[in-house]
Amino acid sequence: MTVVPANAGLSVRGLARRFGPRWVLQRVSLEVPAGGALMLVGPNGSGKTTLLRCLATALKSHDGVATFDGRDLWTERRELRESIALLSHATALYDDLSARENMVVWARMGGMNVDVDALLARVGLPDTGTRPARAFSAGMRRRLALARALLKSPRLVLFDEPFTALDPVGRDMLGSVLRDIRATGATLVLSTHHPEIAGPYCDTAARLEDGKIVWRGLPADAPVVMGET
Amino acid sequence: MISLPHLASLPVTPGQLTGLLAILTIVLMNISRGRAWYHLPSWEHAFGLVGLSLLVDGQYLGLIDAPREAMMGETGRIMYVHVPSAWLTMVVFLFTCIFAVGFLLTGKRVFDLLVESTTEVGIILSILLQATGMLFAKPTWGVYWDWDPRLVSTTVMMLSFMGVLSLRAALDDAERRATWTSVGAILATTSMGVTYMSVRWWRSIHQMQSSPDTIAKPMVLILRINAFAFLFLSIWLIARRWRIADAQARMDEAPPLPPEVTV
Amino acid sequence: MNWILRVPAVVSKELLIEWRERSRVSSLLFYSFALLLMVAFAMPDVRMLGDIAGGALWLGLLLASTRSLDQSFRVELENDSLEGMVLWPVDPLAVFYGKALANAFVLILVAAVITPLLGVLYHPSWHGQPWALAAVIVLGCAGIAGPGTLVASLTAQARGSSALLPVLLFPLVVPVVMASARTTILLFQGDPMGQVDNWLVLLLIFNVVHWSLDGLLFARVVEEAG
Repeated sequence: MTVVPANAGLSVRGLARRFGPRWVLQRVSLEVPAGGALMLVGPNGSGKTTLLRCLATALKSHDGVATFDGRDLWTERRELRESIALLSHATALYDDLSARENMVVWARMGGMNVDVDALLARVGLPDTGTRPARAFSAGMRRRLALARALLKSPRLVLFDEPFTALDPVGRDMLGSVLRDIRATGATLVLSTHHPEIAGPYCDTAARLEDGKIVWRGLPADAPVVMGET
Repeated sequence: MISLPHLASLPVTPGQLTGLLAILTIVLMNISRGRAWYHLPSWEHAFGLVGLSLLVDGQYLGLIDAPREAMMGETGRIMYVHVPSAWLTMVVFLFTCIFAVGFLLTGKRVFDLLVESTTEVGIILSILLQATGMLFAKPTWGVYWDWDPRLVSTTVMMLSFMGVLSLRAALDDAERRATWTSVGAILATTSMGVTYMSVRWWRSIHQMQSSPDTIAKPMVLILRINAFAFLFLSIWLIARRWRIADAQARMDEAPPLPPEVTV
Repeated sequence: MNWILRVPAVVSKELLIEWRERSRVSSLLFYSFALLLMVAFAMPDVRMLGDIAGGALWLGLLLASTRSLDQSFRVELENDSLEGMVLWPVDPLAVFYGKALANAFVLILVAAVITPLLGVLYHPSWHGQPWALAAVIVLGCAGIAGPGTLVASLTAQARGSSALLPVLLFPLVVPVVMASARTTILLFQGDPMGQVDNWLVLLLIFNVVHWSLDGLLFARVVEEAG
């Protein structure tokens, strides 16, 4: 039996990050309980990706603390990375390899024993044979990147605009994947420009603007700003 | 031929004169700008003053007072520039490596800025070293350049540090730049030893390294004076360069973080 | 020490990518071959070629290495796979040794192809032991690939990387080029003074220093990827 710490889940207090002379994140605070799901909305350049990359331990924050299950994300990043999955615009795919080879390569590097073909079927990638990922359409690349992220069995899932470039069938597939992830008890943070699509899979929502949280509430109440969706 | 008097017979040494003139200039500038007459903008100028005086006296001693070198004649006098610059090149690059390790261990910005300033000053010194070495080599060996271990390994080291500077110039992100140039500086310094050893095996005709025992006593003193002059002037240059780098870093710094807005 | 177990996975990934993009390796071979030809054209007398064969071989390998090393990180940066590996997490040491071993392997492959060509084109005499030549090629290629992998990781993300890589790498591998070329020349022309062993020891020391130090430095480099 695993002991669940009192401060289980994701806790972010006053997180700040600068790039050169600009503060891209200006003291962001968030609480996502274990198993909870948070939807981040906000215009381009508001800091959503930077926030997710800080939470994924890809970036060091310059101020504030972020903990997951009571453990500091940066100082204990080596241990925590095992249980964090990030799906971002940078797909981390090898364009010269086929879909299946990409999966096998990443599974092997992570020492994961997973049915690769089942995962590819799960994300709805038809058999692409030896076709290199370079030749894939944007939607297919997103699906493959998703399948790669699913190789891990994470407890903190960070999805950066996962619905982009997916067709309606793909969105349904992603929805059911999100439901499955939540059923495992993992904590989810996703950013999106489509609150009406992503909202049903999340419990809470927050809006980032200019590196600051300007609104918190329920996904269904997320403010719709002209020109952002 | 004009013969200049020995230093000991002069009422005031040229170095003291230069130092006094420099102090006078500072005082006059201070008065004209309405500051206290003894105002010194920053501590490193004291090193600069002492270094300048020592350099003038050291070079006077080397060029005029010192006896003709037995083997190399008047040409041997270039030694009073060549040898100190060789010593200081090593010292300064050694400090580059120490600062680089310091940065990788602590992550403090001051170490990164010092890596940058010592690298630049080290390159200036090694260019001086190469130039005087070549001028020295032409009359003694008959060629400007020879494939001698110390010559080759210092040139290779200079090239490595120039590479580090190019790398620095090609990186935009300050944190990345700091770490990566530190790594480059450590590589450049550590490779020095193996390069020296391999070139020595490869080919050697350079004279044995001079040590105080192999040089005449008065020459040792003159070399030491010049070495201290170079040391003080290097400290002055490094500190000046560091201040520029620091000002630049402060300019690129993000403004203080505004307080958190809670919603 | 768990990271050692991941090294084969990284090596096999590197080699799989090289295999899928075989055209890159073959253009590397043509490049080295063309270099051997051009060196010959630049010489005043073809009868000199036998004497300089050892030097030409290592010049060719060094120049070929700058292309393959740069390429090895281009692949990683296309979609930020390098960061993907760090976050996966694959230990940075496993990433370094995996990539360095694969880079060394590619170089050794190039050497294995162009050395016979060198024999045909340059007519060097032969007084050495085949095992000694094999040892020089392995140690020399490893000596270029070890520091080369670290330097390429620094320059690949900088502006103008393809020019920067040689600027940083060449001074670093002076001992390797010197020792490998000298040994190869001695193996071709005979070694009356018995110097080959000394040079091999030097190559060995260089490799030990760089293959242990560079991995630690690489770990710092990729940790700063943010």
